[in-house]
Amino acid sequence: MKHIADWALNLATQRGASYVDARVVDERSRSLATKNGKLGHASDAESQGIGIRVIADGAWGFAASKDLSRSAVEQTAAHALAIAKASAQVKKENVRLAPEPPCTGDWTTPFRIDPFSTSVEQNLELLLRIDSELRSVSGVTLAEASMNFKREESWFASSEGANIHQTKISTGAGYAAHAFAGTEIMKRSYPNSFGGQWQNRGYELIEELKLVENARRVAEEAVALHQAAQCPEGVFTIILDSSQLGLQIHESIGHPIELDRVLGMEANFAGTSFLTLDKLGRLRYGSDLVNVVADARQEHGPGLGTFAFDDEGVLAQCTPIITHGLFTGYLSSRETAHTIGANRSGGTLRAEGWNRLPMIRMTNISILPGEKPLTLEQLIADTDDGIYMETNKSWSIDDKRYNFQFGCEIGWEIKNGKRGRMLKNPSYSGITTEFWNSMDAICSRDQWTLWGTPNCGKGQPQQVMGTGHGAAPARFRRVKVGSAYRGN
Amino acid sequence: MLSQEQATDIFERIRKHSTADEVEVLFYGGHSALTRFANNVIHQNVAEQNEGVSVRTSFGGRTARASTNKLDDESLKRVVHASENLARVQHPDPDLLPMPDRKERDQAISDATRITPQRHFAETAAISPQHRAEGVAKIVKVAERHQLTTAGIYANSEFVEGIFNSRGLSDWHTQTSAEISITMLAGDSSGWQKANSPDARNLDPLALAETAARKAIDSASPREVAPAKYTVIFEPAAVLDIVGFMFWDFGGQAILDERSFLNNRIGAQLFGENVNIVDDVVHPLQSGAPFDGEGMRRQRVPLVENGIVKRVVYARGTAERMKKSEHAAKVGPIVATGHGFSLPNEMGEMPGNIVFSAPPIPQTLEQMISSTDRGILVTRLWYIREVDPYEKILTGMTRDGTFLIENGKLRAGVRNFRFNESLIHMLSNVEAMGAPVRASGEESFDMVVPALKVKDFNFTEVTKF
Repeated sequence: MKHIADWALNLATQRGASYVDARVVDERSRSLATKNGKLGHASDAESQGIGIRVIADGAWGFAASKDLSRSAVEQTAAHALAIAKASAQVKKENVRLAPEPPCTGDWTTPFRIDPFSTSVEQNLELLLRIDSELRSVSGVTLAEASMNFKREESWFASSEGANIHQTKISTGAGYAAHAFAGTEIMKRSYPNSFGGQWQNRGYELIEELKLVENARRVAEEAVALHQAAQCPEGVFTIILDSSQLGLQIHESIGHPIELDRVLGMEANFAGTSFLTLDKLGRLRYGSDLVNVVADARQEHGPGLGTFAFDDEGVLAQCTPIITHGLFTGYLSSRETAHTIGANRSGGTLRAEGWNRLPMIRMTNISILPGEKPLTLEQLIADTDDGIYMETNKSWSIDDKRYNFQFGCEIGWEIKNGKRGRMLKNPSYSGITTEFWNSMDAICSRDQWTLWGTPNCGKGQPQQVMGTGHGAAPARFRRVKVGSAYRGN
Repeated sequence: MLSQEQATDIFERIRKHSTADEVEVLFYGGHSALTRFANNVIHQNVAEQNEGVSVRTSFGGRTARASTNKLDDESLKRVVHASENLARVQHPDPDLLPMPDRKERDQAISDATRITPQRHFAETAAISPQHRAEGVAKIVKVAERHQLTTAGIYANSEFVEGIFNSRGLSDWHTQTSAEISITMLAGDSSGWQKANSPDARNLDPLALAETAARKAIDSASPREVAPAKYTVIFEPAAVLDIVGFMFWDFGGQAILDERSFLNNRIGAQLFGENVNIVDDVVHPLQSGAPFDGEGMRRQRVPLVENGIVKRVVYARGTAERMKKSEHAAKVGPIVATGHGFSLPNEMGEMPGNIVFSAPPIPQTLEQMISSTDRGILVTRLWYIREVDPYEKILTGMTRDGTFLIENGKLRAGVRNFRFNESLIHMLSNVEAMGAPVRASGEESFDMVVPALKVKDFNFTEVTKF
C-alpha cells in the first residue's frame, strides 16, 4: 500500500505542498446482538480508502476517497491541495508542525485469539446463553446482549519520510437486563453499560469476562431495584466503582485536557475547556492521591487508546496529566505543541477511519491506583456513612467541563463500614476540580481495570473514537447527591 | 456519484453471486465537504468521496447484513458470502417476514398524492472550497467588526440512498445538503446560530453571524442566578434538542420491548392540549429519503393530537408482532407506516421527520419575552442525557446565549444552568408557541419545531460561566 500513499505524496509535493501525509486504511468489523431470545442484529462491514492531509500556502487541506486507483488518488491529492489553498485565504499565521523524526515501523495489537477466527455460531451461542440466563429471572422484561470486533490496518507515509504499518484489533462485549413494572424501567448492565467492556485485544477478552457467570445476578439486581429505596438527596461521602470512575475521568479530565479544545478549535461543537494555558503546572486539579496519565504505550495495557504510533506518525507516549493533584500536562499534536512550549507532540492525533481528519483524542487516560493495598470491601469497611454507586446510567457535563452530573444504575447505603440497603436512581453532581480535590482514597492495583469507552464523539464532521480509562474504586467526600430527581 | 443505472447493474451482479432465498441491497454514497473555522481562521477543511453497498440475504427466517465500499466483482462476491455466512448459522425466526415486493409497497401508500419535494440542488452540490472560504471570510468580518472571535462550520454534500430487492422493489433518492453553524465568543459570553437546508440558497450566513454576535454581546458579564423553576423560552433549536429524545419511544418495537415511556400511555392526555405533532417526510421544510430500510414509503403519521399520543410508527415486522401482542388493544392503529430501520436490527423503527403543528395564533419570540415577568431565554442546549426512561426526565446544560428576562425585557446574560426536567411536564406546561420552522441542533436530528414558552421548567444547578 506504500506505493498508493506515494502517489499522493509525490503529486502534492510536486505541486507545492510544504507537507503531505497519507493514510491508507482497510477496516473490517463484525457486530452481533441478541434481544429476548432472538437475533437483534448480525452484520459484517468492511471499508477501505485513503485520507490525504496537506499543508500548502501555510494552511491545511484534507481530502479522502474510497477509490485507490492511481488517477483517483492523484485527483484526491490535488483536491486536498486546492482545499488547503482555499483555507489559506482565511488564515493569520502559517501552520507550524513541531519537529518529529520520521518513523518507520510495523506494529500489531498483541492478541491471543483473532476474534474474526471465531465462528459466528460460537458468538451467537454465547449471546443466547447470556440471554437465557437473564430472562430466567422473573421480572426481566428485556434482555440485550452484544459482541463487536474490529480490525483496522493502516499504512501511513509522509513527505518527511515516515513509513508506518499498524494493525489494531479491538473486541467488546456486554449485556443488560431491563425490568419494567408500574411506572419504572430499571436496568442493570455487565461488565459495563452501553456495550460492556472493550479493549484492544482478541477474543480472549470475552473468555475472561465471566459473562454467563454474572448474568443471573445482574438480572436479579435489575428486578430488585423496583423494591429499593430512592437514593436520598443531600451531601454525602460516595464511593464509585471503577467503571463509573473511568467515565468520570473521561468527561472531567480527558476532555478538558485536549489542547485543541483549550485553544478554541472545538468551540462551535464539543466546546472549550476551563483548563486555560495559564493553569499548566499551577492548578491544584485534585487531592494529593490523584495521579493521572495519558498513556498510549503497550506497557500501559490493552486499552482502546493503545497504539505504537498516532495518526501523524508520532511514537506512542506517556504524558503525566495530574501529578499528586497538580495539573501537569495536556494532550497535544504536532500543530499545537508549540502553544505549551513543548518541542514535540504528545502523540495523540487520531482519526476514526480513512475518511476523517486526525484530531487530538484521548489515548488511555488513567488514574493510577493507590500504592497501599486496599480492596473495595476494605474501602467500604473504612467508611462510616456513605453511598456506593456502580455502573453508569447517564452522564452530562457543560461545554467547559466544569459542572457535571452522573447517574448510576445502582447504589447501596454504607453504614458503619457495611454495605446496607440497595438504592435506586443514585446520582451525583459537582464542579470538576472541587470533586477531584475531595478524593481521599483509591483502591490498589489489584482493583484497577482498564475500561474501554468505544463511543467518544468529537469533531465536525463528527468522529467516534475508542478511548481507554484505567481506574480503581475511589472515595470522595462532601459530594452533592440526588439532585437529578429534585423537583420531578 | 453513483447513478441509479450503475446501482441496477451492481444489484444484478450481487444477485448472481447469491444463493439466498432473498437478497436486498442498500446503496449509499456521495461527496461531502466541510470547512471549519475557529479563532477567526479556517483551521480544518475536509472533503470526502465514498459509496458502497449493504447486502442483506435471507434464508427462511434467517437474515443478516454485510457492507463494503469495494465494488469490484471479487469484493461483491465476498460481501454476499459474508452476509450469507452470518445468516445461515442463525436459528430461524418465525416472525421474519419475506421482503416486500412492489405491490405491497404500493398498496401500503395511503395517499398517492403525496409527492416528495425536490431535495437535490445542483448549485448546492457544486459549492467549492473557494466558495466556502469566501463565506467564512464574511462571517469572520462580522466577528471582527464586533471585536469577537468566531468558530463554526460551512458544509455541503450530495448523496444518494437506494434500495433494490430480489422481489422487484426498488427506490432511489438523491439529495443535497448545506449547513452553517456559527459560534461567536466574547470574553465571558458567547452566542450561537445554526441552519441546514437541502438548498444552500435558503441559508443566510451573514444573518446567522449577526444574530450569534448579538447574543454574545448581549450576554456579556453573565450574572449568576439561583437555579429554580422558571418560565423558560426555548428557541427552536433548543426545542428540537430536548424533544428529540422522546421520539425513539414512538415506535411499536419500543412498546413491545417495554422500554418506551408510552407504554400504557397511548390514548391518555399526556401533554398539553396545544401540542400537536406529526411525522411527515414530504413536508416542504423536511428532508431525507421517502422510503424506509425495507423500501416501504414513509406515511404521514399523526403522533400527538391535542396532547394525546394517538399513534406510534411501525416497520412491517413490528406491525405484525404488535397485532399478536398483549399491547394490541392499547396502541391505536397498527399498520406498517414505512419507518423501519434496515434489517436486521433490534430497535425497530422511529419517526425521523417530526413536524410540530402551528398554533392558531403563533407568537414571536419578542411577544413571548414581552409577556414574561421573570424568566429565562435559552438559545441552545447541550449534553442532554436521559435520567429516567419512563418519566422521561432529562438532564443537560444551557449554552451559548442564556438570558434573564425581567418585566418583559431581556435584562442580562446569566451563567449557564443544568436542568433536570421531565419531557412530560415540559410539554404539559407550554404557555405559548411560535410558528414552526426548520431547526437544526447538535443533540438531535433536524425538525420543524416552534419556539416554546414553558412554565416551571426545572433548573437544578448553575455552572461557573
